[in-house]
Amino acid sequence: MDRGFIHIRGLSKKYGAYTALQGIDLDIAEGEVVCVIGPSGSGKSTLIRCINLLEEFEPGSTLVVDGTPVARGAALQKVRAEVGMVFQSFNLFPHLTVLRNVMLAPMRVRGLPPGQAERRARDLLARVGIAEQAEKYPGQLSGGQQQRVAIARALAMEPRVMLFDEPTSALDPEMVGEVLDVMRALAGSGVTMVVVTHEMGFARQVADRVIFMDGGRIVEIGTPAQIFDTPREARTRNFLGAVLNH
Amino acid sequence: MDLLDTFFNVPVLVRTYPMLLWGLWVTIKIGVVSIVLGLVAGLALALVRLYAPAVLRALARVYINVMRSIPLLVLLIVIYYALPFLGIRLSPFMSSVAALSLVSAAYTAEIFRAGIEAIPKGQFEASGALGLSPRHTMVDVILPQAIRIVIPPLTNNCINVLKDTALASVVAMPDLLKQATQAQAVAANPSPLIGAAIIYIALLWPMVSMVSRLERRFGRASR
Repeated sequence: MDRGFIHIRGLSKKYGAYTALQGIDLDIAEGEVVCVIGPSGSGKSTLIRCINLLEEFEPGSTLVVDGTPVARGAALQKVRAEVGMVFQSFNLFPHLTVLRNVMLAPMRVRGLPPGQAERRARDLLARVGIAEQAEKYPGQLSGGQQQRVAIARALAMEPRVMLFDEPTSALDPEMVGEVLDVMRALAGSGVTMVVVTHEMGFARQVADRVIFMDGGRIVEIGTPAQIFDTPREARTRNFLGAVLNH
Repeated sequence: MDLLDTFFNVPVLVRTYPMLLWGLWVTIKIGVVSIVLGLVAGLALALVRLYAPAVLRALARVYINVMRSIPLLVLLIVIYYALPFLGIRLSPFMSSVAALSLVSAAYTAEIFRAGIEAIPKGQFEASGALGLSPRHTMVDVILPQAIRIVIPPLTNNCINVLKDTALASVVAMPDLLKQATQAQAVAANPSPLIGAAIIYIALLWPMVSMVSRLERRFGRASR
């Protein structure tokens, strides 16, 4: 694969003197599910936050999504409409009902009439298993339910790419499964997924490729079997040894 | 009895209350127009102060600081007595409204800014990630949440504006205080001033107690 659906060359990001990403090269094919693992501070969240420009990156970096360069300006909203994101802290809109949360962007960005937006929202809420909570406010739901609403809200834009930024890290342990189940079903639907996660079981089972990052670089990319069973790099082995053996 | 006759002389109050009511009407007109103008200009100013290019941001900050530093009475006198030398001649009503809303806009801008800045960054990020434009992000996501935060301080500001309308009496505006002092002169008795005080309190008490109620409610909700 020479030029992926998401095409990244020499992607760098600095916070003052601190270098968060140093020269990332990565291509992700359409429909691919990629899991990004690594210690905290390794740059994995920064990487996916660059893909929809929630983080500005250094000049000279190349980042193209579906042929559109990611940059400030008119094209940015187009890229963002194609790229859905799910955050660690859900970030639902607390003043809107669950239904309204899911309806908002399709109406405002895609210009969908309210009736059609509501039908789409109710379908998606049913798909993530919370159809009966549509009229509640986010604050009345559990963390797992809120995260499923957040997934439905992102899917309502019918994105080509879904970014997940540690979607289960803020959840109580008993709610992790319900969110991973939704993501697993989504992975089978053909949408391109980039998932930053600490859930090694999920990565092994669902990912087409696993990326191990450390110190702002990609240390190793491979199939789940290769990364988890026969890691080439010592740093990968150390990290996996630390997270898997406890 | 002497005290009552002097400060709460019922026949004098009965004779002068139409003047006071007329003054109340003028006070409300000045107050409401200034509050509305101050709110609109204040929100615009807050958005400039937060999101405009650097030069405009700096200008907004200078305006806000000047208007918060200058005594309202001084500003009013400048507008009414000094601007005519530059060929700008405003009526007493316009001068009062101008002074009150110029200052109110500055305070309102700071209140809105604090309200917008109190909204978690994740709300902006989620809106941006969904492809919402900056305008829709503000109108649909940020402002509806910020409004709840700013209602108590905004109401406080409205109370201040209504109280400060009394300064309009300085530029011969027949507001509640001016009418009361004139009625006092006509009746040779200070009871109309007490009448005016009672009217001010009756007008503002409900707003004051509403602020306390809202602050208690929001305080509880955020805990």
